[in-house]
Amino acid sequence: MSDVIEQGTKASATVPVADRVVPYALLAELTHRCPLQCPYCSNPLELERSSNEIQTEDWLRVIDQAAEMGILHIHFSGGEPTVRKDLEVLVEHAGRVGLYSNLITSAVLLTRDRLERLRDMGLDHVQVSFQGTTPDIADRVAGFAGHKKKLQAARWVRELDMPLTVNAVMHRQNLHQLPDMIDMAVALDAERLEVAQVQYYGWALRNRAAFLPTREQLDEATGQVEEARSQHKGVLVIDYVVPDYYARRPKSCMGGWGRQFLNITPSGKVLPCHAAESIAGLQFDSVKDKPLAWIWEESASFNLYRGTGWMPEPCRSCDRREIDWGGCRCQAFALTGDAANTDPACELSPHRDVLEMPLKESNAAAPDFIYRRIGA
Amino acid sequence: MSKRFIVSAESTPKLPRHAKLRFDKARDKWIILAPERVFELDHVAYEVISRCDGGRSVEQVIDSLCEKFDQVGREVIMTDVTNMLQDLADKGFVVT
Ligand code: SF4
Ligand code: SF4
Repeated sequence: MSDVIEQGTKASATVPVADRVVPYALLAELTHRCPLQCPYCSNPLELERSSNEIQTEDWLRVIDQAAEMGILHIHFSGGEPTVRKDLEVLVEHAGRVGLYSNLITSAVLLTRDRLERLRDMGLDHVQVSFQGTTPDIADRVAGFAGHKKKLQAARWVRELDMPLTVNAVMHRQNLHQLPDMIDMAVALDAERLEVAQVQYYGWALRNRAAFLPTREQLDEATGQVEEARSQHKGVLVIDYVVPDYYARRPKSCMGGWGRQFLNITPSGKVLPCHAAESIAGLQFDSVKDKPLAWIWEESASFNLYRGTGWMPEPCRSCDRREIDWGGCRCQAFALTGDAANTDPACELSPHRDVLEMPLKESNAAAPDFIYRRIGA
Repeated sequence: MSKRFIVSAESTPKLPRHAKLRFDKARDKWIILAPERVFELDHVAYEVISRCDGGRSVEQVIDSLCEKFDQVGREVIMTDVTNMLQDLADKGFVVT
């Protein structure tokens, strides 16, 4: 997920209203249930069981509160959000309060009827994830034979005249399929192709050596994206980010901790980023106990790394500190053991050398996947 | 989208189905909402976009802007509007 705020004005990226920062987007993880077992899944290692999921009324209340706060986008995600039978009700409610709704789905459980119903309830956009362009690779990565169904469902989306994003998580085992992926997105008549990189925490960190591409693979891919962008200008928008480990400066993770984005887990915990639970020792408030606005503005977890006050050197005196906000806290934790360190994706980080070992692994044979499973 | 939309005087631009123009109370400005993107409109951009209803041609949009901003030359308005719409079209915020 990479919310981009574009402006027709020169104002700063987040707009403080009376000294408050107003969030833009809410990622609603309705459930952790999912028929797929992607070894890079961004869900936590400890998956939430369905008995812990919050109820329809809770989500309806949260949607009201989100709109009230000035949130603009709601992404229904998971796990697989279509597992929830109340998805239609939530989509309809989001539309009623003016939120732009996006369904982030693996699409393997969708029927044409259900898609049509969701559209009629006001669903604004559908994002279908693909694990490759051929069943042999895609189904092996997903641990599930779903590739053909995904293609079918993506076609339904366009037949029903809904906008489509193809989300492709690319890594060392499928990066050679990137040109085919671009062609596939064009053939499916998608508006947007998101070439996502694996983010290494949780499940993906366990599988890092199986996923991290080599520098050569990556340079080739970057060239292909640039070419495709000019070839398909005005037809297909391609979002592409270089994996952090090969970057010289980190990306602005979530637009800064507690600045644009919040994530609600299936059990109702509110996180500044979908991976924030990977940081040991943090406590997160729940929508069952507190209003969303309070959690956003007052809670300890949101204020911990908000702004620049928490920053160590070299970030503290760096002129990029309000551009990338010191990078990703989850990655800093995963790689250095302390979330308050500069993200090692930055060349200026004193911990930059932690990337040597994984980068070396990317040139060795890829190990087997550890698949995402409840209780794995 | 299947081919690039090139803005001309005759084209009749509008927002695509996936983009929504609305006033954002919390931020006190007009915005276009699209998947993963928020486009915040300044005053001028709003004046242009709000006239792009799929019925009016670019020419007519320019006429109407010239009436409202009669101290600005038509040439200037035409260049600005065309550039802005082409840029928005390439980003997927405007279709024909
Ligand atoms: S990443 Fe794969 S396993 Fe995880 S929720 Fe998405 S489809 Fe399911
Ligand atoms: S030192 Fe910190 S603020 Fe500066 S570029 Fe690196 S991560 Fe960003």
